Amino acid sequence: MADLNDLSALMRSARRGDDEAYRRLLGEVTVWLRVVVRRGLASAGRSATDCEDIVQETLLAMHLKRDTWDEARPIAPWLRAIARHKLADHLRRRGFADHVDIDDHADAPELAVEADPASPLDSRQMLASLPERQRRIVQEISLEGRRAADVALGLGMTEGAVRVTLHRALKALAVVYRRDRS
Amino acid sequence: MKTEQLVEALVADRAAARKPISVALALGLGLGGMVSLVLFLVELGVRSDIGPALATWRFDLKVGMVLVTLVLAFALCLECMRPDAPGRPVRRLLPLAVLVIGAVAVELLAAPQVTWGTRLVGTNSLVCLSAIPLLSIVPLAAALAIMRRGAPSSPTLAGGAAGLLAAASGAMLYAFHCFDDSPLFVVTWYSLAAVPIVLLGALAGRQMLRW
Repeated sequence: MADLNDLSALMRSARRGDDEAYRRLLGEVTVWLRVVVRRGLASAGRSATDCEDIVQETLLAMHLKRDTWDEARPIAPWLRAIARHKLADHLRRRGFADHVDIDDHADAPELAVEADPASPLDSRQMLASLPERQRRIVQEISLEGRRAADVALGLGMTEGAVRVTLHRALKALAVVYRRDRS
Repeated sequence: MKTEQLVEALVADRAAARKPISVALALGLGLGGMVSLVLFLVELGVRSDIGPALATWRFDLKVGMVLVTLVLAFALCLECMRPDAPGRPVRRLLPLAVLVIGAVAVELLAAPQVTWGTRLVGTNSLVCLSAIPLLSIVPLAAALAIMRRGAPSSPTLAGGAAGLLAAASGAMLYAFHCFDDSPLFVVTWYSLAAVPIVLLGALAGRQMLRW
């Protein structure tokens, strides 16, 4: 990724309803976040075990709070601010009170990190805290890659209702992440 | 859940375009203000001499100061809801400080020194101290509810800003009831009346606005 600010074009397209742009944006941000979070954990003297958790929690926050990015401003400070907030929040829950910094050089792709396959958080366990219907919808859309319209057919719901339930599920999931699990 | 799978769920969650936060906050404050307006009309009412009062500079200055507070607090709330708000957003209130100092200076020049005490004490200070917070409660709840959409870097500060916004809306109503128009009174008692609401907002924000 050349420059984090290049992502603003993708975010603008995503806001106009371009799913593919949003998928690409989230993919790029994920790659960047893994680097940033890993460094943040290292500088706090923590192992990288929780890295993928924090990446997911941060992505979820960026998604749910995407209205707070003002198109007239550069997107990089906004992305960094959310990453810093989530990382600091995570460390605070584990008793680390110092200031956390997201350094600017973290944008460099030198340290592209793969997801840790042994992420401590099992998907099913994470989703298990959701109500039945919410869990099924998230599972079918994310784990099984089905489209909202197809999920709606299978469950005998309207597509709109599936999307509303999915949105509630994501909000609930953000709360689950925020709760301390250690 | 693998991160790539989470991304799929996020992409599928195409929430319908919502009203911009600024519009939502203005609407929420307006709705909360309507409840306070009813409370105001039932319990307090507009002062009997409102016609002549509107023509005096002291009354106009009083309403002007409250209005400036309202506008600046609104901008402060919007600023506080952004995760990347620059440091010290409270600087936005600087024009208010200048206006307040100017208003007090003008009053001290315009009014004979022997009347300063009575102008400061006024006739209505206890009503002011209780009415402004009461008229601000519902607007505060409305503002905080809307501001949950935000991602404040400091939830406490954002809650305090919501408190100031609510207090300004309560004060705007109360200003039309209160006979005390001297800037000495307004600056002292209106500010004191805002303190509990700002604190309440900060405390509530600390919990409600976390994300």
